Amino acid sequence: MSILIDRNTRVMTQGITGKTGAFHTRLCRDYANGKACFVAGVNPNKAGENFEGIPIFGSVKEAKQQTGATVSVIYVPPPFAAAAIDEAVDAELDLVICITEGVPVRDMIATRQRMRGKKTILIGPNCPGVITPDEIKIGIMPGHIHKKGRIGVVSRSGTLTYEAVGQLMELGLGQSTCVGIGGDPVNGMKHVDVMKLFNDDPETDAVIMVGEIGGEDEENCARWIKDHMKKPVIGFIAGVTAPPGKRMGHAGAIISGGKGTAQEKLAVMEASGIKVTRNPAEMGKLLKSVL
Amino acid sequence: MNVHEYQGKEILRKYGVATPRGVPCFSVAEADAAARELGGKVWVVKAQIHAGGRGKGGGVKVAKSLDEVHRYAEQILGMTLVTHQTGPEGRVVRRLLVEEGADIRKELYVGMVVDRGSQRVTLIASSEGGMEIEEVAAHTPERIHKVAIDPTTGLTDAQADEVARKIGVPDGSVPEARKFMQGLYRAFVECDASLAEINPLILTGDGRVLALDAKLNFDSNALFRHPEIVAMRDLDEEDPAEVEASKYDLSYISLNGNIGCLVNGAGLAMATMDVIKLFGAEPANFLDVGGGATTQKVTEAFKLMLKNPAVKGILVNIFGGIMRCDTIAEGVIAAAREVKLSVPLVVRMKGTNEDIGKKMLKESGLPIISADNMAEAAQKIVAAVAGK
Repeated sequence: MSILIDRNTRVMTQGITGKTGAFHTRLCRDYANGKACFVAGVNPNKAGENFEGIPIFGSVKEAKQQTGATVSVIYVPPPFAAAAIDEAVDAELDLVICITEGVPVRDMIATRQRMRGKKTILIGPNCPGVITPDEIKIGIMPGHIHKKGRIGVVSRSGTLTYEAVGQLMELGLGQSTCVGIGGDPVNGMKHVDVMKLFNDDPETDAVIMVGEIGGEDEENCARWIKDHMKKPVIGFIAGVTAPPGKRMGHAGAIISGGKGTAQEKLAVMEASGIKVTRNPAEMGKLLKSVL
Repeated sequence: MNVHEYQGKEILRKYGVATPRGVPCFSVAEADAAARELGGKVWVVKAQIHAGGRGKGGGVKVAKSLDEVHRYAEQILGMTLVTHQTGPEGRVVRRLLVEEGADIRKELYVGMVVDRGSQRVTLIASSEGGMEIEEVAAHTPERIHKVAIDPTTGLTDAQADEVARKIGVPDGSVPEARKFMQGLYRAFVECDASLAEINPLILTGDGRVLALDAKLNFDSNALFRHPEIVAMRDLDEEDPAEVEASKYDLSYISLNGNIGCLVNGAGLAMATMDVIKLFGAEPANFLDVGGGATTQKVTEAFKLMLKNPAVKGILVNIFGGIMRCDTIAEGVIAAAREVKLSVPLVVRMKGTNEDIGKKMLKESGLPIISADNMAEAAQKIVAAVAGK
């Protein structure tokens, strides 16, 4: 078991013919069961063609009908990324993972509004993607640093997630699933949404939660953990030394009642029974200590 | 991206948000001419810099004669204005806004931000205008009112009217306040703003609702569809190092410490700064070279860090994923040679082709200190800078 994706997941790539989409689709296809998992590409201008053997369809709907793919990964350029998500939502896919960095916030506000009441789950934008090691990787993370195991990882950052995985691997701890939820202010799944899935996954024993300054997602997740989580969680928050956002950060923080700094997040997490470290080099060790 | 007050007001006026009449000026002569053209008996001469607190710093003066306008313009243009947002070094004033004086009856506050929680543009309003909204939030939170705006309806008449009444707009001025707030919302959305702050919004003696000040920030990811806003960018107001960095697609922020950091990925870059602090030193910068760092990018990053005379050591922290450690090693070696590196350099590389990368650094003959993990790397650079 794992969360969100496994060896049986069938994936279409929106933006398969672009430079980034092509590069990463190759690497994903070469990873574990990727050859069976990556079954379609979408590009309205290249329908009927194929990308190195993967058929290209004119629309998400058609790709779903023809191949049975229920998950999409998006690499289309920022001006068109939100529309790509909309298309996947309208086609009622189960999961959409948007890798694209630099999507305008206004576009995401409109897209999230459209998604209300729809079944599709969104991860990202501006995220590394999701990997269930030794089964499937959907995204831009380096597959080979991972190994199948029983630790869940959820993070807003890319390389800091790889760092956490690297530390786990040094201690011989594999991962059930690693989810990069992305760093954009208006996005899909939050820490708490992923945490709920890990809580219900019989093959996840413990979770590393990596956060960043800004917003209130980590605090919300911590409060949920306090009341519901049956498994140990350890955490790190990046940005203790980040300079206070000039005015924007402050004005944004007013809404959430003055929250958002690393210290405040760490305090709420500790009060919720999460073991936290202020040393990012010790995430792995701390996790091992709670097993 | 930020714009000046006068530019923000220009944008807002297009959306029906009322402001006092005013003219931007780049010289004292222009200020004289602007005051004559505006007419009246009272003018306000306002320094235009991208920072708040200008009044307290002496950058905003009320003039009661054309002679006073002339004198204040002379005084303010070219002055180094220090406010709580400029840092102790202050900012040189290069532009002025000369405005007609307003008959202020009451000062209020209206702002808009994108709220992550509700995933909507949120209106923040308060009866306490002219004060820092953070202060109001801390001491009298009951005086702050918020409305998360549904993007399909926009700010409705009912919502706008209710907020206007709550912050003390008299009944006769409610329709004007409604038009003001709805215009602000349309401007916010259509221009892809990330922050709008009208502080103060004023009620005048004759019942008008005006933006006495205007601060607008824009979503840099959306500038591609707003060439008219990009044209308002004032490079004099930006950190030269950050402007230089943006040319090479490097994400760089100047800080006050003495250890330069070069990292791939924003989260790891922040964590690297944190670990430097944890071992008792301060980072000189935040620098994310991104996912596709080339030798040239790494070289430019080194040059940028070393332009800062405070930098006494450099820490490179790379997690090689898709990007290989040998590529980074090549970049670091080339950069260190090109800039004739004279401060200690600690490199920590982890991930793909880590062994090849480390070997390349070792065989380069350069005095590079190698580290196996983040904590060790931070300890080593802190010690090297302290001369231990």
